[in-house]
Amino acid sequence: MPERSLPSSPPSIGPHLLSLSGMTKEKITSILDAAETFLDVGHQTVKKVPVLRGKTLVNLFYESSTRTRSSFEIAAKRLSADVINVTPSQSSVTKGESLSDTVRTIEALGADGIVIRHASSGAAAFVAERVNCHVVNGGDGCHEHPTQALLDLFTIRKKKGRIDGLSVAIVGDILHSRVARSNILALSAMGARIRLVAPPTLLPRGIEGWPVTIHHRLDRGIEGCDVVMALRLQLERASGGYIPSLSEYASLYGLSARVLERHAPEAVVLHPGPVNRGVEISGEEGFLNEVAILDQVEFGVSVRMAVLYLLMGGRPEEAALLSMPARGEGS
Amino acid sequence: MSLWESPRLLLDPPRIDRILRRMAHEILEKNQGPSGLYLVGILKGGEPLAEKLAQLIEDFEGTHPPVGALDVTLYRDDLSGREGLPLLRQSHLPLPIDGKKIVLVDDVLFTGRTVRAAMDFLVDFGRPSRIMLAVLVDRGHRELPIRADFVGKNLPTSHEEKVLVDLSEGAENVTVVRPLSGEDHA
Repeated sequence: MPERSLPSSPPSIGPHLLSLSGMTKEKITSILDAAETFLDVGHQTVKKVPVLRGKTLVNLFYESSTRTRSSFEIAAKRLSADVINVTPSQSSVTKGESLSDTVRTIEALGADGIVIRHASSGAAAFVAERVNCHVVNGGDGCHEHPTQALLDLFTIRKKKGRIDGLSVAIVGDILHSRVARSNILALSAMGARIRLVAPPTLLPRGIEGWPVTIHHRLDRGIEGCDVVMALRLQLERASGGYIPSLSEYASLYGLSARVLERHAPEAVVLHPGPVNRGVEISGEEGFLNEVAILDQVEFGVSVRMAVLYLLMGGRPEEAALLSMPARGEGS
Repeated sequence: MSLWESPRLLLDPPRIDRILRRMAHEILEKNQGPSGLYLVGILKGGEPLAEKLAQLIEDFEGTHPPVGALDVTLYRDDLSGREGLPLLRQSHLPLPIDGKKIVLVDDVLFTGRTVRAAMDFLVDFGRPSRIMLAVLVDRGHRELPIRADFVGKNLPTSHEEKVLVDLSEGAENVTVVRPLSGEDHA
């Protein structure tokens, strides 16, 4: 309204969300602040706001996913967007259509945004170069999973009141984890101190240059820290020779109520899900309830609403005019 | 383009105080007392006004009606037409609004689009028994069939003028500025 001085705009997070590399503290904070507002929408009688009315979001998931896909779907629907789920097993991809043809077809159908999950690192950036609509990385290979990291940050901020200066231990398969990669980028941008806890075989090469400290023992790694983030261990890693056996991994790196009580009693425990009970987190029923998994799921919807709103809420032509998106350093 | 004449003072603190007292009495009279009343300010100009009206109602009747605040950004009809997204503010409604007599409060009523957005927001929250509208200044130029139930001051303006409301404690004032080069249509 001309009456009021218009509130200042939050910093643009770019036409796409492909990577958290280069994402500033200011931008991350503006996403988390917007997510706070969208959390309230979930408590309204009518859990919907009309900001993306008339816009279409396509979920293009080449890998199986329950929570990320449904979380994006609910987020988009709460913003009043139309959502189409494309599952390659039921599409012309099985007839041999290439990724770039598939996404161009989706764009031609009138999509305003595409959420893509793909087993190849860099798939989201590849798609973003080929279409004129917004692209959100829903997880690409071992590269990144930006919205998961943002919702982890949001959960930490909700539970601890801040992120700056906290000690965060990330425990498990760092080597193959896109969640860990995005989290390391975002957490270090926000000023957290990061410790990685993993056997040497599950740490990537070149890690010496990262802003982290490395621990190979769980007890020392999590000693006194504020947040413990357990990663999912892909069960096939045992047969791949990365770990001797699942039970040995579980006894050395599995989180349990006892270990946490002794070494990090104040810590919030996060897990991106789905949990391998008895592997990265012990199966005790009471303990699993203390892990913030279900909070993470709820917060995930509002964080994704914030991301979709900030990317797609403005003028359609704005996307094309904005500066280059933040790109990952390749992978 | 952005050259403005020096602001013309329209309402000073004592005048605003008298106007708000009258409006609080009118709200009470129309609703036969404070029972079921619920004031909801539209962010951010309406929130301090809603607080002041609630305080006056408490002074007169001894009960402080609940006060909420709405950020109507997500319900605006011009979001996808403007450059840059506005910053989101936190709405808060301390109690359910079902069955309540809601008084929406805003500082200036102009096109009516903000009020339309606020009403859409409210009905997504619940089902109030009625919704009324109280504004400090009605400056005309409606673009929607909306009118206020309680008006502090009717102020004919030209479309180009700006009405500025400052409600900071002790320095409450309403001023009008007009563009230097602009034609006066008033």
